[in-house]
Amino acid sequence: MLSFALTILLDGISYGMILFLISVGLTVTMGLMRIVNLAHGSFAMIGGYVAGYLTQHGGNFYLAVLAAAAVTAMLGGIVEMTIYRPLYRKGELAQVLLTVGIVFVATGAITGVFGAFPYPVVFPAYLTRPIDIGFRDYPAYRLFLIAAGAVIAAALWFVIDNSIYGARLRAAVDNPRMARAVGMNVSLLFTGTFVVGCALAGLGGAIGAGILSLEPAYALKYIVLFLVVVIVGGEGSVEGSFVAAMALGIIDTIGKYFVAEAAPYLLYAAVFGLLLWRPSGLLPPKSAI
Amino acid sequence: MTRVRRGLAAIGHALPWAVAIVYFYAAASYLSFGTHVMIWILFAMSLDLALGYAGILTLGHAGFFGLGAYAAGLFAIHLSPDPILGHLAAIGAAVLFGAVSGAMILHTSGVTLLMLTLAIVSVMSEYANQARALTGGDDGLQGIRLGPIFGIFEFNIFGKTAYVYALIVLFSWFLLAWRIVHSPFGRSLDGIRQNPRRMRAIGTPVWWRLLAIYTISAAMAGSAGALSAHATRFVGLSVLSLLTSGIVTVVLILGGTRRIYGAFLGATIYFVVQDYSAKISPFFWEFVVGFMLIATVLLFEGGLLDLGPAVLRLRDRWRVAREQK
Repeated sequence: MLSFALTILLDGISYGMILFLISVGLTVTMGLMRIVNLAHGSFAMIGGYVAGYLTQHGGNFYLAVLAAAAVTAMLGGIVEMTIYRPLYRKGELAQVLLTVGIVFVATGAITGVFGAFPYPVVFPAYLTRPIDIGFRDYPAYRLFLIAAGAVIAAALWFVIDNSIYGARLRAAVDNPRMARAVGMNVSLLFTGTFVVGCALAGLGGAIGAGILSLEPAYALKYIVLFLVVVIVGGEGSVEGSFVAAMALGIIDTIGKYFVAEAAPYLLYAAVFGLLLWRPSGLLPPKSAI
Repeated sequence: MTRVRRGLAAIGHALPWAVAIVYFYAAASYLSFGTHVMIWILFAMSLDLALGYAGILTLGHAGFFGLGAYAAGLFAIHLSPDPILGHLAAIGAAVLFGAVSGAMILHTSGVTLLMLTLAIVSVMSEYANQARALTGGDDGLQGIRLGPIFGIFEFNIFGKTAYVYALIVLFSWFLLAWRIVHSPFGRSLDGIRQNPRRMRAIGTPVWWRLLAIYTISAAMAGSAGALSAHATRFVGLSVLSLLTSGIVTVVLILGGTRRIYGAFLGATIYFVVQDYSAKISPFFWEFVVGFMLIATVLLFEGGLLDLGPAVLRLRDRWRVAREQK
């Protein structure tokens, strides 16, 4: 019984780690610029496809993941400077539309280049085998996800809590106007954050391809999940999105084990109830209260 | 307003309906395409009321469209083949659902509201997928048989009846929508979109107004769904997808929000472009539509109906620049 509970916990945490990796960039950009960004899933998808292409052609898995992050970072930088910039002053509607447009373009381009079928990332052989973790055999891949997610989350925490960059970021999320007034270059900060967020999304899309499988519909299919993490955690709150991602991962896994039929309802019902109870999320940044 | 302008406006008002009637005679073998476009005009118009006029940020309108379609289909299969009764039942279902869901979510706004609408439509889609016995799951709802409208007009394979039926339904809703947006109620929605707080301060019952327009909009979307179920005698699971919500938003924005006629232009252009580009390659239209969206938002916020004024603005700017030299 205990080992069963631990298995569910591990499954939920590894799933949650992927959700966190992909969503953390989204939460910071949405919190910082108050922009509705539905295109974030496209970056995760593109990262996944880059890694998939490289590994299928004999590339090293870790280099491929790094390449995925680099490509999405570059793309993110270009898109932010050309397309997103004019958008910040426009209304939510324009933001929804334009970012949905990006999703369509990405989906069309991916279908055109890679075809409409699921596209696997080839993981190293030792990640595909189960390994003994004391009470049972457990897939090494999921342990890898947990470890990678934990390392990156810890690094993010350290940077955001201890570096001058993190301090600026927190200040700008709490009050962008005041941050500008005291002389911070919030636009540059935002571009930098956007690029890092896209790189993390690309990385998450690449290493998470074993759970969130790659297909052209990826960008549209999973964006709801990523947004749920952001909104439930509270826009702009990194801790909040970590808690939300873990909670969603675990709730969804429990649902799949016990009430397979009702699992999707369980997830959405939880989100629905939570948002009606706390419209600005679990742990909103101070400015939002 | 000069007499010429008034004359032009009258021609403008008559144009879409004249085109619809000419199309009926001129393109008899493509009538099902015309019906499809009119259904989407109605759907986009319903979204215009909620999103364009009242500023309710929703990606959940596919829920009402799908609900209307499934309700009309199930009504025809299980209760009565009469299309009018089925249509009314579908509208009733959409009104009920719109009022209940609207009452729950309309006190929120922005991204939270967006997420709530997404959650609702996701749950609906999941339910339709799993309740195979009722909805046919991902095979879609099949075996819809319809009796003649008013006991006289049979639905035939050429789609003439369906075309005229869709045209009449669209025209009726259009009249209602036109009346609504030019009424004091419609004006108050304009105000609520621009500044809900100030509207509340001057005594407007904001929540009730939003609920009213949301419910009306749901009824229209449900009616469009019923038309779609009746015209094709089939309801696919994809009506409840996020893509459906996305497409109707694209259609509306392409044409231009807050002008009623925007839906007409947007739906026509969208589906003509989709028809052509899908012939080149099936994925190509998504690409094209995405570009159209991005360009619309960045270049002319008012949609394609704003193309004329946008060109004029460019000309003015150019003139000013030349004079400054």
